[in-house]
Amino acid sequence: MKKYAYFPGCSLEKMALSYHKSSMEATQVVGVELQELDDWNCCGATTYFHLDEILANTLVARNLAMAEKEGLDFVAPCSACYKNAYFTNTYIKEDEDLAEHINYALEADDLQLEGNLNVHHLIDIFADEVGPEGIKEKVTNPLKGLRIAPYYGCQIVRPRKNGEEVEAPQFFEEIITAMGAEAIDFANKTRCCGGSLLLTNRKAALDMIRILLYNAVQSGADVIATACPLCQVNLEVYQTQVNEEFGTDFSVPVLYFTQLMGLAFGIAPKKLGIGSELVSTLPVISQFIAKEAR
Amino acid sequence: MADKPTFSQEISNLMYAAHGSPVNNCIQCGTCSGSCPAVEFMDQTPRRLIGMINADLKDDVLDTNTYWVCASCYHCSVRCPANIDIAGVMYAVKRYSIWNKTYADDLVGPVFSETFMKTIARSGRSYEPILAPTYIFGFGAKEFFQEVQGATKMMLKGRIPVLPTKIKRLKKFRNMMKRIVPVGEEE
Ligand code: SF4
Ligand code: SF4
Repeated sequence: MKKYAYFPGCSLEKMALSYHKSSMEATQVVGVELQELDDWNCCGATTYFHLDEILANTLVARNLAMAEKEGLDFVAPCSACYKNAYFTNTYIKEDEDLAEHINYALEADDLQLEGNLNVHHLIDIFADEVGPEGIKEKVTNPLKGLRIAPYYGCQIVRPRKNGEEVEAPQFFEEIITAMGAEAIDFANKTRCCGGSLLLTNRKAALDMIRILLYNAVQSGADVIATACPLCQVNLEVYQTQVNEEFGTDFSVPVLYFTQLMGLAFGIAPKKLGIGSELVSTLPVISQFIAKEAR
Repeated sequence: MADKPTFSQEISNLMYAAHGSPVNNCIQCGTCSGSCPAVEFMDQTPRRLIGMINADLKDDVLDTNTYWVCASCYHCSVRCPANIDIAGVMYAVKRYSIWNKTYADDLVGPVFSETFMKTIARSGRSYEPILAPTYIFGFGAKEFFQEVQGATKMMLKGRIPVLPTKIKRLKKFRNMMKRIVPVGEEE
């Protein structure tokens, strides 16, 4: 069983607890162990970089250093946390000056970071380490006929890491197909959901959400799958506000890809945190709940 | 005596780590503006903002809402033919404006960023209910009401924490932060 240092991030403590639960369940089925980092701190999300870049990198480095000390690779389920971790880990190797600053600060907490670890987004573990075949093997309850919109959002694919495909990635579709479901052709799949813009420029953010919901619904999605708590909340919780603002009537469920995968693995919805959504998922998923859910 | 740095140099100096090419490599092709999902809400497009930075129009740049409307989605950065990290530039201008307090008064972004930072200095984790009041006051009555409604629904579903979580080695954590910037109350 491959083991990773797991960095849940602040959103998963409560707001996205369902993502945490379903990640634990789904990884267990495919034989991946997520060991939560002890005493992790907030990585600064996207906000910290507005203030001080070295400090932002230091906050991220503390978490990385704890993983490195354990000799484990780092996994984050939140796209913003992942992007921060990936780049701090890259910069610390490229920029000696920065490394020195950071390590001087880390010393105050008896830590040091070399950058000798790999940083992954949780979805990479399923896409690469486990792979579509590995997922398929464990599916006992294929989500046959469920039309899922693969919503990548920004930061899993951007900025570019290691020359990866940023314009037309396919790995999310492959994961969805492996669950036995249908991945719809979702043109805006890598368009931004607004991130934390909702808090700072509401008008722009609501419009960005509207465009995504419209595109998903027009393309025939029964449900939108996400891999980031910020995307999930923007697309789901703010649907009511989009409807009020634009006179639309969106009511499309938004689930974490791990929740959908859990259903395909025959896991009971409750264990996957299904039921805490504001847009009810039941009309869409009730037929996909395994008869003898584990 | 050394010449006063240009605004584009000042901005470049605020981007420490490996962030692509310098801003003055811009060829004004407009790819960034064409890729930007938030462009219609900006006073100046990303292309124009970069042009204004290069023309040393500091005050005009700082007066725009462009860098606060930027959602950091990196669509521009991955497509720029001159390899400029435009999203990184937006962050740098944000930092410049916060440090110099030059942002327009009605912007919520800076307040949000500063509160966020204080929250982390206090507990090591971020905590939505502390953040909420700070930006919510910048909203009109309707938005405020919508926001409270949304929060209440989340609360009912158990998705908003009642108490903030604190990390265990908080003191050491604060000392770590202090080695970079002076934050929070003295230990
Ligand atoms: S895409 Fe790059 S080169 Fe083109 S206008 Fe924008 S910053 Fe300049
Ligand atoms: S990073 Fe900012 S400026 Fe660039 S495309 Fe995204 S929102 Fe627009």
